[in-house]
Amino acid sequence: MKYETVIGLEIHVQLATQSKLFSGAATRYGAEPNAQACIIDLGMPGVLPVINETAIKMAVKFGLAVNASITSPSVFARKNYFYPDLPKGYQISQLDLPIVANGSIDVQLDDGEIKTIRITRAHLEEDAGKSVHEGYGEHTAIDLNRAGTPLIEIVSEPDIRSAKEAAAYMKKIHSLIRYLEISDGNMQEGSFRCDANVSIREDGSSELGTRAEIKNINSFRFVEKAIDYEVERQIDLLESGKKVTQETRLYDANKNETRSMRSKEEANDYRYFPDPDLLPVMFSDELIKSIEQSMPELPDAKRQRFIDELGLSVYDSDNLTASRELANYFEQALAIATNAKLTANWVMGEFLAALNKEGLDISDTPVSADMLGGLVKRIDDNTISGKIAKQVFDAMWNGEGSADQIIEAQGLHQVTDTGAIEKLVDDVINANPKQVEQYQNSPDDKKGKLIGFFVGQVMKTSQGKANPQQVNKLLKEKLK
Amino acid sequence: MTLDRKQIEDIAMLARLSIKEDDIPVHQTELGEILKMVEQMKSVDTDAIEPLAHPLEIDARLRPDTITEENQREKNQKMAPQTQDGYYLVPKVIE
Repeated sequence: MKYETVIGLEIHVQLATQSKLFSGAATRYGAEPNAQACIIDLGMPGVLPVINETAIKMAVKFGLAVNASITSPSVFARKNYFYPDLPKGYQISQLDLPIVANGSIDVQLDDGEIKTIRITRAHLEEDAGKSVHEGYGEHTAIDLNRAGTPLIEIVSEPDIRSAKEAAAYMKKIHSLIRYLEISDGNMQEGSFRCDANVSIREDGSSELGTRAEIKNINSFRFVEKAIDYEVERQIDLLESGKKVTQETRLYDANKNETRSMRSKEEANDYRYFPDPDLLPVMFSDELIKSIEQSMPELPDAKRQRFIDELGLSVYDSDNLTASRELANYFEQALAIATNAKLTANWVMGEFLAALNKEGLDISDTPVSADMLGGLVKRIDDNTISGKIAKQVFDAMWNGEGSADQIIEAQGLHQVTDTGAIEKLVDDVINANPKQVEQYQNSPDDKKGKLIGFFVGQVMKTSQGKANPQQVNKLLKEKLK
Repeated sequence: MTLDRKQIEDIAMLARLSIKEDDIPVHQTELGEILKMVEQMKSVDTDAIEPLAHPLEIDARLRPDTITEENQREKNQKMAPQTQDGYYLVPKVIE
């Protein structure tokens, strides 16, 4: 039997605020346990939450970026459950009136097809604390630094049809929140994680199958692997005449499998109700307009501009806009270099290769965008050849200064003085009488290939500094 | 509407309350009374009425995103029955 996979993702994005959603405690990652947990985060009696304005604006920014409607008034609700890392006994979240509703985002699939994934909603909520189960004997140790940190939970419609699509969607959302600067998107630190609702159904059926929810996936690779595993598991169940049970499962990356966490039999009933401590949040048109005006250029628009205005290929534009950091780097380098295609080649070629080789992020690069722009400019204005440029790039990477400094210090200027090049050409011709004879006796269509030998020799004796076009031209004239 | 024993037990579990076997009939009656009242309220026609999230008809005051809290861990942890290495300790919870 053929099956269709149906996937919906819930992505949790930690917002990059200084302070928590409802208290003035810091949100910095990696602090001493409980050093950033104040009495509001601890759920002490008598305290009152006050909403962080920046968190609200970040959620609105996201909503505008996915063409969603902004709900006004938007209401916070209590989600009730007991767990030691949730000291109040409830999480402040949203149910009926989430800030962001009915958006969508376009995702490019491997075959180039553009698919629209609908976003049901995105709501604001506070994160819980962290439990440490190992190393404290008969106890669990609780760190409440993360308790109260603002999150947006982005819920997609079940529009996703494969593990690859799920990863593409997750990457697109990740790129978007980085462009919007509403989150650092750091997956190792848990700032960006997702739950996947996975079900299968007979091909052609319009009814949804029973779904399993895979919790806490924190990498693009794992989302693919976890879904692939889960789909196989569900197919095996159905094929052997069993049923899929609705349950929460955990993906174990070490074993590459999902396993049951708790079945819905003992499922929580969260008993949501509007939080009486918090008033509804209203959004005026002016506020939304002012947020709209503060929005940066989004990846899809930037990509289109690179194609239309800079004349870059679709491939180059896709790659350069995949992350905001890379796009910024390219644009900054381009501001100096001015030749878009040449700059794109250097950013995606030499620059990314060097970063990959050393396992560095763009932010750690020893060659700044200005420096690379300076180098590309010198190739473009014929000060140096592309070959010499690689040598200059390596020197910049090793901290030997700017392109101009290195060219000056090592005397790498391209030789464009015709007299000097002529001398080099003459020397090579005189030193290789056999090859000259062979060249002159061969038919015209073979000459192009044979001349390469002489160009190579001249470039070698000039240590790569002769202008190759001039060398070529002179050789052709003299070998006639 | 009356609640059966299982429902009373489930509600007690959700609220993490331990109730005595003998008290279940009492809870059945008392919670049943509340549900009766809810049934009565449900009979009111509310189609034209907007849901009310809060009895005060004002909107939320927001605060600027600044850190106003200092580290009060030492003081806060004096209230806790058990702490270690800066953590609050609780009886072991296993998923």
